[in-house]
Amino acid sequence: MKFAVIRFPGSNCDQDCIHVLNALPGASADYVWHKDSSLSGFDAVVVPGGFSYGDYLRCGAIARFSPIMRAVQDFAAAGGIVIGICNGFQILCESGLLPGALVRNRGLHFVCQHITVRVEHHDTAFTNATWTGTLLNIPIAHGEGCYFADDETLHRLQINRQVLLRYADSQGQITDAANPNGSRQNIAGIRNEAGNVFGLMPHPERACDPLLGSTDGKAIFQSLLDGPARSRDAETPGRGDAVNLSVSPPPPVAPAL
Amino acid sequence: MPDPAITPELIAKHGLTPEEYARVQSILGRDPNFTELGVFSVMWSEHCSYKNSRLELKKFPTTGEKVLVKAGEENAGVIDIGDGWAVAFKMESHNHPSAVEPFQGAATGVGGIIRDIFTMGARPVFSLNSLRFGNIAGDSAEAKTNRRLFAGVVSGISHYGNCIGIPTIGGEVYFDDSYNGNPLVNVFCLGILRHEQIARGGAVGVGNPVFYVGAETGRDGLAGAAFASRDLTEESKEDRPAVQVGDPFREKLLLEACLELLASGCVAGIQDMGAAGLTCSTCETASRGGTGVEIDLALVPKRETGMTPYETLLSESQERMLVIVKKGEEAKVKEIFEKWDLPYAHIGEVKDDGFMRVKENGVTVVEIPARALADDAPVYQRVAALKTPPEEIDCAIDCDIADTLNALLAHPSIASKRWVWRQYDHMVRLGAAVLPGSDAAVFLVREANKILAATSDCNAVYCKQDPREGAKIAVAEAARNLACSGAVPLAVTDNLNFGNPHKPENFLQLREAVEGLAEACREFGTPVTGGNVSLYNESPAGSIDPTPTVGMVGLIADARHITTQHFKSKDDVILLIGELGHEVGASHLLLLAGKKKGPPPRLDYAKEKAVQDATRALIRMGLVQSAHDCAEGGLAVNLAESCLSGPGPVGAEINFGGTGIAPAILLFNESQSRIVISVKKQNATAVLALLEWRGVPARKLGVVSKNPELKIAADGSEWNWSLADLEKFWGRRIEELMEG
Repeated sequence: MKFAVIRFPGSNCDQDCIHVLNALPGASADYVWHKDSSLSGFDAVVVPGGFSYGDYLRCGAIARFSPIMRAVQDFAAAGGIVIGICNGFQILCESGLLPGALVRNRGLHFVCQHITVRVEHHDTAFTNATWTGTLLNIPIAHGEGCYFADDETLHRLQINRQVLLRYADSQGQITDAANPNGSRQNIAGIRNEAGNVFGLMPHPERACDPLLGSTDGKAIFQSLLDGPARSRDAETPGRGDAVNLSVSPPPPVAPAL
Repeated sequence: MPDPAITPELIAKHGLTPEEYARVQSILGRDPNFTELGVFSVMWSEHCSYKNSRLELKKFPTTGEKVLVKAGEENAGVIDIGDGWAVAFKMESHNHPSAVEPFQGAATGVGGIIRDIFTMGARPVFSLNSLRFGNIAGDSAEAKTNRRLFAGVVSGISHYGNCIGIPTIGGEVYFDDSYNGNPLVNVFCLGILRHEQIARGGAVGVGNPVFYVGAETGRDGLAGAAFASRDLTEESKEDRPAVQVGDPFREKLLLEACLELLASGCVAGIQDMGAAGLTCSTCETASRGGTGVEIDLALVPKRETGMTPYETLLSESQERMLVIVKKGEEAKVKEIFEKWDLPYAHIGEVKDDGFMRVKENGVTVVEIPARALADDAPVYQRVAALKTPPEEIDCAIDCDIADTLNALLAHPSIASKRWVWRQYDHMVRLGAAVLPGSDAAVFLVREANKILAATSDCNAVYCKQDPREGAKIAVAEAARNLACSGAVPLAVTDNLNFGNPHKPENFLQLREAVEGLAEACREFGTPVTGGNVSLYNESPAGSIDPTPTVGMVGLIADARHITTQHFKSKDDVILLIGELGHEVGASHLLLLAGKKKGPPPRLDYAKEKAVQDATRALIRMGLVQSAHDCAEGGLAVNLAESCLSGPGPVGAEINFGGTGIAPAILLFNESQSRIVISVKKQNATAVLALLEWRGVPARKLGVVSKNPELKIAADGSEWNWSLADLEKFWGRRIEELMEG
């Protein structure tokens, strides 16, 4: 599977994504410059983290106008896999590929730390190497990662099973204390309605090496390599590595408003 | 507007003495014009010329088999790390700007040090910082100001470092009244490069074009170098225009463009515009290249109109570089600048006459021999006060042990700095193998397949009481921190923060500290590769405590040797390598009682090296679960930190047995050369035997326990702390003070 890693001026997780993807068996990755306008030859697109264009107006607000984003929009419209991490998630929201917006963290500070997210649905292109309720230890690093959407949008996300990751405590409970940035309903990652575009604030590429304290991020990339349409019998035992089953059955979603 | 006439008042306002002005006249063979006076003023400031410290700095050991670029030769020193790879690193201060405008002052400090590193052709891979503020506790106006400065500096560093994508992986923060109104902001950056990639800052090749690239020049930071070379006073707030404004996004583009440019082979020389901006970069490149440089200011990209030559030359606008391009390669260079959307201009060329010649629309406005300007600044031997040994203290200390440990842990200098480093992106670049908060930061440099460790250290109270001994200890402690992480020290950068050198007692401190650093660096085999001197750290209340900050870099041979300070699993045996100690002079214990008293602990090189070598040897044998050096607050603080600083709290049961030492002295003394390690139960006997065989004093202190408490017994007494309480004192203290 060949990944395009988009390089905006100010991207700074681009090299990390390339490093991690090229080390995964079955994956390869290349940079695509923001002034380019073609994604031909690629199977998936990663919009990496950073501070595209300095984030001076609003995170991701200028990046959406760059030539490559038109190509990313066409790519997504044709059903291609697009994943936006951190600033990439902000850009996908700004360009309308995902609903909602990411605003200043509650507490106003930039926050860099390991956190726990709970997988909400395993039958998606981005999570099928996990189980619903799996807890993943993946770092976050952002100043503007508080997910915001109006009630109607949140309702639609819920009905359409679009929320894929929520901030959780070590027991898998969705609590306010486990919410690092004040995101509505502890939302850490969502997909679009069609299921081929995914945005998340945590950095899975930073959790792919045991020396860095966690390899749980691999599950996200592995899911893509396993094939987007892979359906699984929920009774099949989980596949070992990078998967960390929650001890309790997933509790009902308790919106943290 | 015509230039003002050169009067004695104008000369004095530019910080030049009558003797220095006479020297200017003799170099030029005439009177300088207004612009030239400004040029001499900044180039001969302490910040650029080191005129008050240069004779002292010569005492540092600067050579070694691993030194590829020596201190003072270029923007940063370069050290060989094997397999054709090298590191460039340096520490620099931004104290004065941060005092008047903490956010931008700190941010541009980070920007400046990063530029120094990529100017060498190295890709910056991580940063550290060493910060000092006045007391932040309480409701006094001073405490409020200090909190504002602390919050501003941290968010400035966070803003710049996070945006540019260079992880800030560690450092230190201290709080002491001596820094009221004059905080210290010392920033460190390290970059990685191949030996053949080392770039030089010389204007070589007569006829080569000189390019300006980066942000447009504005009126910000006018004569900042001269500002940094004065005492801070009440009026310093009016110097706010001398503080620059940073744009990390521009710097990110400049970084990527410069690295691409250097890789293209089109560059003959490169120099960043930092202190003294265009002035410094033109005369220094000419001086290094043994050539002359001629530029025309009309061609310089500007963001304001009507700037005079004086303003353009002395501006310290950030994110700018001067590039000497190989003739004939101009098109390729322009293509790279355009790719990264950077303003650039061909502003001049390299000449063979040795002059820094600046024109404006073809009319010469400055003509000064470059070498005389860059290298012939006056050098002063200041008067040092006579040395007086610190008074001895009475060692009978009576305190409640339980409360004292709580109070020590809650002292902001000792308390967890999580509130700080949580604001720094320390994980970008996939290298932070040890998260901030352990003895040393450990970083995986993936492109080179190397593991580096780095730390910054200085106990300024020790230095106040005895600058020589304090400076030696700063080096020893840095080396000890590296040993605890499993690393072998390679080299040192330093940041000498002192008060006004015209005061004899301050100059004595500078001289003593430099000699102490030099001696210790020789002992540990760690050459000084460069650094920075920041004098005039004075506020209305007086001089700061002398603070010679040491930044040390080491190499870890194998990922299996990476060691952290927190206890790992129950039943592990806790051992002390080194002696129980007894020295409490200049200790944190006395500081709690408001006293800076007594001599600091003595450093014995042989003992120190034996302890460090033994720790490293045990780590390499795979026998060490955790290692933590004993510093401020002594053994008790060390043990509490070992319990608390991991991902989750881990208890410990300690029994000293009969020691015959008063409990307060036993638990809180700060004698040097001590490391606490934990080892698996089955290895404890073997480890003690190995240590005995090496002739290193060691003893068992206790075990890691499953109970959530720290229990210490000694000489028939016993104390108990619940980890939840300790966590409250240590873990949340700074957050409480800052967030209310």
